[in-house]
Amino acid sequence: MIHIFANYGGTLLYGLGQTLLCSLIALVFSLIIGTFFALLEESPNKVARGIARVYIEVFRNIPLLVITMFFYVVIPLYVIKVNGFTAGTIGLTLYTSAFIAETVRAGIQSVDPGQMEGARSNGLTFWQAMRYIVLPQAFRYVIPPLGNQFVNLVKNSSTLAFVGGFDLMYQGNAIASSSLETMAAYSAVGVLYLIITMPISYYMRYLEKRLA
Amino acid sequence: MLNNFIAAYSPDNLRYLFGGLGITILVSIASIIGSFIIGAILGVIRYVKIKYVSAIVGLIIDIIRNLPLILILFFIYFGLPNLGVKPEVIPAAILAMTIFESAMLAEIVRSGIQAVDPGQMEGARANGLTYWQGLWHIVLPQAMVKMIPAIVSQFISLVKDTSLATIILLPEMLYRSQIIYGQNTNYIIPMFLAIAVLYFIVCYALSVLARYLERRQA
Repeated sequence: MIHIFANYGGTLLYGLGQTLLCSLIALVFSLIIGTFFALLEESPNKVARGIARVYIEVFRNIPLLVITMFFYVVIPLYVIKVNGFTAGTIGLTLYTSAFIAETVRAGIQSVDPGQMEGARSNGLTFWQAMRYIVLPQAFRYVIPPLGNQFVNLVKNSSTLAFVGGFDLMYQGNAIASSSLETMAAYSAVGVLYLIITMPISYYMRYLEKRLA
Repeated sequence: MLNNFIAAYSPDNLRYLFGGLGITILVSIASIIGSFIIGAILGVIRYVKIKYVSAIVGLIIDIIRNLPLILILFFIYFGLPNLGVKPEVIPAAILAMTIFESAMLAEIVRSGIQAVDPGQMEGARANGLTYWQGLWHIVLPQAMVKMIPAIVSQFISLVKDTSLATIILLPEMLYRSQIIYGQNTNYIIPMFLAIAVLYFIVCYALSVLARYLERRQA
């Protein structure tokens, strides 16, 4: 495994960079989209709630790979050329946003309803109360599950390998087939994934324990 | 456009696609059974804190949980031949899924057991049960009820994750849809629609089950 790092270190690090880049982009956008749909689901408007429900159920119940392949195969055919990295990141963002929406909604629901009532009776509108009173408190509960979502994102970003996204998994696979040392190549890739995912998931477990 | 749909959903294509759904379900059920048993055992081992054993099992679980499933599929299907074992595609997929999902389930089981009030175990011990009797008859049944929603959601992920095994050429639904639209690009949209709907039906049915169980428990 050491000589895999010695011979292909640059390639692996490039792949690791792509994996991290894609995960971070997907995290930021899925956080925005997910929070938006969580708010829609908690809004007093029935139509808005329905739209949010449909969005969340669709993206939660269809495999990530099917969503990614859709953007890689269908969109270039009819709309615009996208490369593997972009298609993979879009797929990852939409898929993860549905899970983040559920997480944020659970966070909002865990805030004492008295907070919303207090804010409303002090003259804030529903959205002002949400924005300034409820959401800041909700995010405190949401941090450990969001960290776990990020770990999932890093792991799920390996679907980029299917669409030529040049991520860590893709590079590892290329190294495995060119060096023919499959075990060593995949072990090296595994170590690099663990370097990112293990510390985050241990830290999140620690935070969970402290919040409980 | 409509003609494309009619041609894409020809009886032969549909039969081929539904055969893929069968393989998806076969691999899912085999992995669900395997990972449920192994995951429960590992979760209990991790919880009961047997000297060294629990720590080692815990570390292995954490390592597997933090790796992508695709990498485990590669390890099993392309890595093992390097060590002299060459598994067939379907067993390789089932083995990889079982290893990965067992680790995920072990974590659910462990936190489920921890969520049971420690007073339950103390009460059982005070009434003369041994530690293992208390665990088996008192703590585990209560933990199981608490864990069911999380376990069902994990099984939903498992069903979706079977699609990743296309990378080792498991002839399941996604793989077969690619073969069908490979013959004719007009079939791409009908095929994506078909598999999205089929996956959705299977997973949504499971999530309705999860919600029902959750409500019954509350």
